Amino acid sequence: MTVNVTARDAAAEIPTDQQQPRITVTARVGDERPLTEAEVVFDVQSFSAYYGSFRALRDVSFQVHKNRITAIIGPSGCGKSTLLRCFNRMNDLVDTAHFEGQILYHGIDLYDPGVDPVEVRRRIGMVFQKPNPFPKSVYDNVAFGPRVAGFRGDMDELVEASLRRAALWDEVRDKLKAPGTALSGGQQQRLCIARAIAVEPDVILMDEPCSALDPIATLKIEELMRELKENYTIVIVTHNMQQAARASDVTAFLTMGDDRAGHMVEMAPTARLFTRPENRLTEDYITGRFG
Amino acid sequence: MTTTKEAASRTLSLADLRLDPRRRRRERTINLVFMGAAALSIVISAAIVLSLIGNAFAFAIRVDPASIWTDGWFPRRGMYDIRTLLAGTLIIAGVAMLIAAPLGIGAAIYLSEYARPRTRALLKPALEVLAAIPSVVLGFFALTWISPNLIHPISGGPLFNMAAAGVAVGILIMPLIASVAEDAMHAVPAYLREASYGLGARKRTTSLRVVVPAAISGVVAAVIVGISRAIGETMIVAIAAGATGGSLFELNPFRPGQTMTAAMTSLAIGSDSVRGAALTFESLFFVGFLLFALTLGLNLVSDSFVRRVRERY
Amino acid sequence: MASIGRPQPVTTTELVERRLRGATLDWRGYVLQGVLLLSLLLALAVLAILLADIVIRSIPIFTERPLEFLTGQLSARPQRAGISQGIIGSLLLMGFVVVLALPLGIGAAVYLEEYAHDTRTTRFISTNIRNLAGVPAIVFGLLGLAVFVSLLKLGTTLIAGGLTLAVLVLPIVVITTAEALRAVPTSIREAALAVGATRWETVRSHVLPYAAPGILTGSILSLARAFGETAPLLLVGAVAGTFSSGGNLIAQLFGSYTALPTIVYNFARESKAEFRALTAATIVVLLVVILLVNATAIILRNRYDRRW
Repeated sequence: MTVNVTARDAAAEIPTDQQQPRITVTARVGDERPLTEAEVVFDVQSFSAYYGSFRALRDVSFQVHKNRITAIIGPSGCGKSTLLRCFNRMNDLVDTAHFEGQILYHGIDLYDPGVDPVEVRRRIGMVFQKPNPFPKSVYDNVAFGPRVAGFRGDMDELVEASLRRAALWDEVRDKLKAPGTALSGGQQQRLCIARAIAVEPDVILMDEPCSALDPIATLKIEELMRELKENYTIVIVTHNMQQAARASDVTAFLTMGDDRAGHMVEMAPTARLFTRPENRLTEDYITGRFG
Repeated sequence: MTTTKEAASRTLSLADLRLDPRRRRRERTINLVFMGAAALSIVISAAIVLSLIGNAFAFAIRVDPASIWTDGWFPRRGMYDIRTLLAGTLIIAGVAMLIAAPLGIGAAIYLSEYARPRTRALLKPALEVLAAIPSVVLGFFALTWISPNLIHPISGGPLFNMAAAGVAVGILIMPLIASVAEDAMHAVPAYLREASYGLGARKRTTSLRVVVPAAISGVVAAVIVGISRAIGETMIVAIAAGATGGSLFELNPFRPGQTMTAAMTSLAIGSDSVRGAALTFESLFFVGFLLFALTLGLNLVSDSFVRRVRERY
Repeated sequence: MASIGRPQPVTTTELVERRLRGATLDWRGYVLQGVLLLSLLLALAVLAILLADIVIRSIPIFTERPLEFLTGQLSARPQRAGISQGIIGSLLLMGFVVVLALPLGIGAAVYLEEYAHDTRTTRFISTNIRNLAGVPAIVFGLLGLAVFVSLLKLGTTLIAGGLTLAVLVLPIVVITTAEALRAVPTSIREAALAVGATRWETVRSHVLPYAAPGILTGSILSLARAFGETAPLLLVGAVAGTFSSGGNLIAQLFGSYTALPTIVYNFARESKAEFRALTAATIVVLLVVILLVNATAIILRNRYDRRW
């Protein structure tokens, strides 16, 4: 099995054992700027998540940098989505969820009692696995967030700007009144991205945004992510390794331990993780030996 | 809204992550209002229990024990024979269940297992129409049609009798039993039926030997709910079962009788004020308390059966 | 399967051939199906007889003096009796139900489904409401008598009656609204919350509009149920005889009153044959309202059953 990673620069080949599959990574993917220069947006410190007495995440520690695309990969059920939803406090909606450790957002503890989850979610937006536009018009889908946040400016302008940024404007400009659910799957997901962008967030979280989409729509979204990176910090959870290798700057690999709790195995700039993984588990996962 | 672009130029502080105070206040107020509405239900239950218990207790301690075991229920004369009321209630509920249980369960099996979608779309609303008929109307029907046309030919007895009322109550609760039982049968998963057909069983075998037993908790729940409703039924009995202010102890369904509910009605609308003679006011609440306790008990038992259905599927 | 002792054992092949080829009429199956269908049709037949009987009985009134019947007042003389007081009384009582039971019931349901965490208290409230829905109507009459008529000294007035009916209908409104809210997909709520909306903003802008048809249907059906209730009204003093009423709205709220179902009861108790037609006619009016209201609810439910 050869894993081909499309990229921009020269190729590097890693010779591996004859009986094992060969990995061919044909480039250094992602941002050339060194990570140390980028500002830290999320600083996760020994974070554990529980649902009741069941521990879903164990002692996760890592950092997410500004204007980068950070991918979180790992086998099913290892807690990737749980981790993502902790960033925008969506897990607050689960009655039995409780946490240990800290997640610092620009230096502030996200779970500090003085922090209101509603405001957190405005600044840290989320796009879900299955596109979920509201059963309202395209315009109202995008306008809802700004409206409740108290936006007083020119809404038409904001809606257009958001739809442009989500690479959807040209396709919907004359059907702004059409229901959001009448769009195709890929368009719906871009509408959800536009909706998230409209409240001018800092971070966009994406929970397997392309798993319900066809390959062409998927590529469009990945292209879009590269554009969005200029203005937003993106964290994407994906079970599609190739997507992580294609589209992200930094990749974190999570896996499930014997206690069924997810923990971080390794995190590195994407090219290095896929070409020279330090941990045996990482190598096993990306070469397809498990997961 | 303070955009994060503006905020990015200065470092983020805790204050930036607080919600706009107006929104927060509105959210809190609305939360309290809705919580109040939900809490109101507890207030209502408490009020029911307290008002019943208070007066029922007053009756229990002041009543002359001898008057509880007399020939009949004549509250204005101070005769409080509870047996009369219980007998009437149980006889009428019994007749009602004789009619409603087979008809209701039969209809449920038919609608759930046999009816084609178009037939179902026609018959279910028809059943809902039956369910919408107020009991007052059925009471009149019991007196003017059921009693002379169905009961009298059999019994040759008086126009006012418990059997006619019982039949009408049965008609009243049949849609309820059918609905609860049908829900339970519908909830039986398709794979059970498929397994049965796959073994070569016919439809009647599958329906009777697989689906109904699988849904039996729901069917039992339906029957219990039916009994509870039959016991609590007032107007049919008040109109058709005959007894007005008082009644002798009666076990023959073809003669008039008195139920707990009809007794309460008579007490309430008696020509003398309810707070009149002796313990009539308190007796009203005493009987009401018995009724409440009985139906509540039955409903709780029925609930536990419904929960069993849900747990299995 | 060959049975022992038979002179000519039947082979399996022959059995299968017979089964597959022969037109075996499952007569037992058809009988069962017939019996089951019969149970359903029997109930519907009684319904048909009931409706026919009542309509026939009411014909004299509607052919001879329909207007006087609908606009006149109660009278001891059957030839003069009218049901206008009942119509007005019933409408005013429904007003109480709409103004009190619907908002409170919907609010309680929203709280239980959207706001409350799954705690013992919440489960207790839910169980409590479910039990209240199963309490016989007459017990609510006792509640009304003890609390509204006596304790709050409202007396046997229309207000007491309206409050009693509202309390009776409240649990049903909560239950039907909660069901409608539960049918709203979670993804819609998540989408709204993820964009920085508060609970109320989510509920107001997305959940309630989506659930509105279901809530409306449930509310309408509850109203229809309240319209036909008799026993609780009798207990809180709705007049079951003749009385003089009228005057302005305030006087009506604080005075004696009656309703269509109580008039039916009143007429039904009269032994004079002339009252039979009157009872039937009043029932026709009652049923027309109830069935129309039910039909509206069902049509609404079917129309909005298409989902996004």
